Amino acid sequence: MKNLSQHLKDAAAVAFVALLLFGPFLGLQLSDNNAGGLSLSTRPALLAIAVGLTFLARMLMLYWQDNFGKQSRGTTFTHVAGAYGKLTAPIILLASKIPFFVPVSKTAAAIARSGRVIGFSLLIVAILIPLIPGIANFYVDLGVLIMTYVMLGWGLNIVVGLAGLLDLGYVAFYAVGAYSFALISQNFGLGFWECLPLSGILAACWGIFLGFPVLRLRGDYLAIVTLAFGEIIRLVITNWVSLTGGPNGLYDIPHPTFFGLTFSMIGGPGTFSGFFHINPDPQQRTSYLYYIILALALLTNWVTLRLRKQPLGRAWEALREDEIACRSLGINLRNTKLTAFAIGAMFGGFAGCFFATRQAFISPDSFTFIESATVLAIVVLGGAGSQLGVALAAVVMIGIPALLQELQIYRMLIFGIALVTIMVIRPRGFISTRKPTVSLGKAKIIGAEMISEGHG
Amino acid sequence: MAYALQQLINGVTLGMIYGLIAIVYTMVYGIIGMINFAHGDVFMVGAFIGIIVLTALTGVTSVPLGLLTALILSAGLCALYGFSIERVAYRPLRGSFRLAPLISAIGMSILLQNYVQTSQGALERAIPPFLPGGLRLMDENGFVVLLSWMQIAIVITTLVILAAFTYLVTSTPLGRAMRAVEQDPKMAALLGIDTNRTISMTFVIGSALAAVAGVMFLLYYGVIDFYIGFNAGIKAFTAAVLGGIGSLPGAVLGGLLIGLIEAFWSGYATVAYKDVAVYSILAIVLMFMPTGLLGRNDVEKV
Repeated sequence: MKNLSQHLKDAAAVAFVALLLFGPFLGLQLSDNNAGGLSLSTRPALLAIAVGLTFLARMLMLYWQDNFGKQSRGTTFTHVAGAYGKLTAPIILLASKIPFFVPVSKTAAAIARSGRVIGFSLLIVAILIPLIPGIANFYVDLGVLIMTYVMLGWGLNIVVGLAGLLDLGYVAFYAVGAYSFALISQNFGLGFWECLPLSGILAACWGIFLGFPVLRLRGDYLAIVTLAFGEIIRLVITNWVSLTGGPNGLYDIPHPTFFGLTFSMIGGPGTFSGFFHINPDPQQRTSYLYYIILALALLTNWVTLRLRKQPLGRAWEALREDEIACRSLGINLRNTKLTAFAIGAMFGGFAGCFFATRQAFISPDSFTFIESATVLAIVVLGGAGSQLGVALAAVVMIGIPALLQELQIYRMLIFGIALVTIMVIRPRGFISTRKPTVSLGKAKIIGAEMISEGHG
Repeated sequence: MAYALQQLINGVTLGMIYGLIAIVYTMVYGIIGMINFAHGDVFMVGAFIGIIVLTALTGVTSVPLGLLTALILSAGLCALYGFSIERVAYRPLRGSFRLAPLISAIGMSILLQNYVQTSQGALERAIPPFLPGGLRLMDENGFVVLLSWMQIAIVITTLVILAAFTYLVTSTPLGRAMRAVEQDPKMAALLGIDTNRTISMTFVIGSALAAVAGVMFLLYYGVIDFYIGFNAGIKAFTAAVLGGIGSLPGAVLGGLLIGLIEAFWSGYATVAYKDVAVYSILAIVLMFMPTGLLGRNDVEKV
């Protein structure tokens, strides 16, 4: 290595910064002492490990920059694969066979091109998951969770990806949907299927209601007001104890029925297992929930894809690209923005209604800003505007943390690191290319650098 | 009357802390056009460094010495945090797709919260009142209006820092560079301004200010946990937007307004809905003044 001494100096400087940064937090620990005050204890080993790891990481990074840094950015995975390859030559032979290690930009372009095929095969896989013989209930349940986020991501994609309106309070509509269903079912005795459209309609009404004041706002003003609305709804739910149960939440929310048949562990007449003469099994309900959310998510996707080909969807995309040009062409901005909010909110409401029926218990804790941030992260990581990308991002961002059950307390830490890392490596998301919905002659795929959504 | 005066005092103190955080949101937004979601968490990190330093100094009896050490250490380390955050999470994304830095900042915010939570525990940490007592301003039928020394210290510190910051931005070469980068980064770079360095310095100074706000928050309330940054950050950003993002006096004005709304709403209506009141007023103000109270109305160009 030619610049070894330089690199050592650089890495030592970074390690010194890390020592200062980690010092108070990893090196020292606050604890309550017996006298009711605070005392400090030291953890030199932990600090040393953290600083040492930083040093090593910096050295590796410099080494990699030296050897592969001259190529353009964006094919980072190749670099990583290459760096590892030098160290562990045999593995790279195997790794290069795995599509993950191929330059991601190329893969992404390929995915965008063959999106139809991949989307279709993913759909088949998604349909078959609960039917795999012997699959544990845990995985089907995880599938339900991922699908919920896929649906939320697709719903928010209408607002952020298509219409380019930055919405940081999407969770508000999720909450409205969930609480609408819970309250209607408790006060009027209606079931899931009656409440599903009602939740969607109510959430859409809220979308319009909250959309009105923000019509004139742009960009980050819009972002902060939507965030404020999300917080207002959460705070009202938390504090209006007589209606919503406050922080204790609402429970005994009915599960969905299958054409009037309930899912019960005991079996007997009127239950799913009794009617079909099969043994009762908790997996029947999980699988049923899975297919409901899959159908709802596909509905969201279908509506979005159809709308993109219609005047309304084109108006949204025009609005995203350039608001002024859009207005000059005689597009009614108010209606265009409000429909985006309303339709996005409606799907959020559906998802909320489903969430309530799945959990059978809801409380304001499920509707914090972190949920909005997660859904927005899924949309952006997927490549705003790309349906397939959003689905892939939901699988990665929700599925992987859920599988790390043993690391429970570090889960969110890893989530945060992952968000920063993925953004730095791929700022435009997994699938950043886009095919125009309308074109003169042959449709060309638009590269990432030409797309600039989110101007609000 | 006495009650209103007390709320006014409390509101102004709180508003000063918000203003101090908001001014950095405005500055960072002006210069690189991103909402630095992690800023509230840098404030929290500052408060935690403050409590760690104060705990380490338990034996020291001199109040000004302890306070000064806590402020300086916290500001210095937080400046380093701000510098590192900008280098790691924001600089690689400069000039990229607009939502990318936002998501990166949200990721940074989650990361910092959980870093402090896992390393220092999720419990609330309390310190004994640092500077007890104060001035008795008025005594009305047994209701004493108290202007505590801590409140005086907070208001004075904030005013001094704001004056210094205003001087920095308006009258020093660095401030000139900051304003130039804010107006047009490309042109500024062509004229020989090191934009990267200017942006780094903005983060360094901004994070030091956040640390000062954090330590003052700690001393004022006496209780902190890893989650305080979120609320303070959102409130301060609301303040910056309310005052008109990009405007330094606007940020302080917005902070004061939000502090006052909170104090008076808690005093005369319900404590539970004070945040709802703040956010509602934000929405109402923006409905009629879409660029905030003191914001410039940018000319739209095609």
